[in-house]
Amino acid sequence: MSYAFEAEGLVKRFGTTTALAGIDLAARRGTVLGVLGPNGAGKTTAVRILATLLRPDEGRATVGGHDVVTDAARVRRLIGLTGQYASVDEDLTGTQNLVLIGRLLDLNRREARARAAELLAWFGLTDAAGRPAKTYSGGMRRRLDLAASLVGRPEVIYLDEPTTGLDPAKREEMWGVVRSLVDDGSTVLLTTQYLDEADALADEISVIDHGRVIAHGTPGELKRIAGSQTIVVRPTDPGRIGAVAEILRASTGADPELPRPGLLTVPVDSDATFTTVVRRLDEAGIGVVELALRLPSLDEVFFTLTGHGAEEPTEVAA
Amino acid sequence: MTTTTRTAAATPSRAGAAHAAGRPFGMARHSLALAGRSLIKTIRTPEQLLDVTLQPIVFVLIFVYLLGGAVAGSQHEYLQFLLPAIMVQTVLFASIATGVSLNTDVEKGVFDRFRSLPIARSAPLVGSVVGDLVRFVVSIVVLLGFGYALGFRIGTDPLSALAACLLTIAFAFAVSWIGVLLGVLMRSPGAVQGTAFLLLFPLTFGTNMMVPTDTLPGWLQWWVGVNPVADVMEAARGLMVGGPVAGPVSRSLLWTVAIIAVFAPLAVRAYRRRA
Repeated sequence: MSYAFEAEGLVKRFGTTTALAGIDLAARRGTVLGVLGPNGAGKTTAVRILATLLRPDEGRATVGGHDVVTDAARVRRLIGLTGQYASVDEDLTGTQNLVLIGRLLDLNRREARARAAELLAWFGLTDAAGRPAKTYSGGMRRRLDLAASLVGRPEVIYLDEPTTGLDPAKREEMWGVVRSLVDDGSTVLLTTQYLDEADALADEISVIDHGRVIAHGTPGELKRIAGSQTIVVRPTDPGRIGAVAEILRASTGADPELPRPGLLTVPVDSDATFTTVVRRLDEAGIGVVELALRLPSLDEVFFTLTGHGAEEPTEVAA
Repeated sequence: MTTTTRTAAATPSRAGAAHAAGRPFGMARHSLALAGRSLIKTIRTPEQLLDVTLQPIVFVLIFVYLLGGAVAGSQHEYLQFLLPAIMVQTVLFASIATGVSLNTDVEKGVFDRFRSLPIARSAPLVGSVVGDLVRFVVSIVVLLGFGYALGFRIGTDPLSALAACLLTIAFAFAVSWIGVLLGVLMRSPGAVQGTAFLLLFPLTFGTNMMVPTDTLPGWLQWWVGVNPVADVMEAARGLMVGGPVAGPVSRSLLWTVAIIAVFAPLAVRAYRRRA
C-alpha cells in the first residue's frame, strides 16, 4: 500500500507498432525507480501514461491510489513532469514561466512570485530570472524545466531522461538535485539510457526493452544477474606483478588479465575466493594500492539481458 | 502523508496546490492567466504584429491608388468603400496566428506541460484565443489611424463605428476557433499557416470588398451571397459609412454564434484526443 505509483499490464499501441506490450512499474514512497532502456524501448510512453497525457489501451495505473484515466484531475495534483516534451515557454523569462505555472496551480500573485523566486534561487537561476528561456544554456534550461515541474510541490516527480545531452559536470549537478528531492520525501521516476545514472540514483531499476520489463531489482541484484564478479589487484611494487599473477592463478584457477600496466583482473565464482587471495597476498608480503571485488557494470547487465548493447536503437517507436 | 514532514529547500512552505480544489472560477482564472502569457509573448516580440499592421496598410495603398480611380471614380470614394472591408480582412488574417502559435506550443511541448497540470483541458485553448484579441485591437487601431490620415471619415456616428469594430472582432474570435482546430490537428506551424491562408483567400477576396457585387459574374455573385465574410464586410460598411445594417449585422451575428458552436467544441475535443 506504500506505493507512490503503480502500473499493471500497460499496453499501448500506435497504429501497428506496439510501444508497450504489458508493462508493470511501481515505486515505494520516497524512493527512486529507474526505468532503464534504449531509445524506443517505451520509456517515454510509460511516463506519458503515468502523467495522464496518454490513455493506455490495456492495463491500469494509479498514482497515490488514484486511477490515471478515471481520476486524472486528482493525479495531476500529485505529479510534476519534466521531460523532452513537457517544456517551458521559450519566449517567457524564467520568472514568468514559473509564475504562470504557480497561477495555474491557484497560488495567488504574491505566492506565485515567492515560489518562483525560491525555486530560481534553489536552482541557481536568480541572475537569469529576467531573461527569456531561449537565451538559457542547455543546463540552465533543464534546471528551469525541472523547477517548473516542482512549483506545485508534487509528491511524485517524473524525470524523463533529465540528463540526456548534458556534459558530465551538469549531470552530476542534476543528480544532486534528484537526491535532494528524494531527501525531501518525493518519489521519483527516472528514465534514462545511462546505466551509470540508474546505478547512481535508483533504489530499484526496471530494465525495459521492446515495451516489456525484462528485469527488475536493485542495482546490486541486477549486477548479480549478469554473473561473474572480478577481482582487481594493483600491487604497490609493479615489479611484483608476476608474483601476484601466480597467486591469482593458484586461487581462482583462471588466467589473470593485464588490462593496464600494473593492474591485474581475474573473474571469480564465489566471494570466498577473494578472502583467499587477500590472505595469500599478505602471506607473500605483497603490498597493494588497489584490491577490490567488482560487480559487473550495468552495461554488461544490459548486454546479458537483451543480447544487444544499451545504445543500440530498436525499431519500435516510443 | 509524507508531505507534512517535507521541510527542506524544495518545500519551505506548504501554501501550494493543496487548497486549489476549493477555489471557484478556476476555468476563467486559468484562461486569463494563459491569455496573459500570449500577451507577454506579443509584447516581447512586437515583430509578430508586423503582418497585421503593415500588410493592411500596403493593401490599402495598392488598392486605393491603383484601383480607386477606375472602380469608384475617386480615390476618396473608394477609400470609404474599401476600408471597412479591409478591416474585416485584416482581423481575419490576424486570427490565423492563434492556430499557428498553438501548433508551435503543441510541437514544443509547452502544451504537455499545461496538460499535466490540474487545470481545465480547454483553458489553454481559451487562453490563447482570448490573448490574441489584443492583436485584433492593435490591427484595427493601426488601420483606422492610417485610413484617417489618408482621408477616411466615419459616415455614421462613433458608436456605430465602434459596433462595427466589435462585430468584426467577435467574428474573428469565432474564426480563430477554426485556426485552433487546425493548430491542434496539423503537424507543423507552417502547414497550419498555409491551410489557413488557403481557406481565407476565397473567403476574404470572394466578397464585395473591392468591387460592388453587381459587377461580378453570376457564379461569383452566388458565392458572395453565401459567404459569411461578405456579410460581415457589408455590416461593417453599413455601420461605419452608411448603408443597409439590420440584415448584414444579424446574419453576421448568426454566423459568429454558429461557427463558435461548431468549432469550439470540435477544437477542444481534438485537443483532448491529441496524444
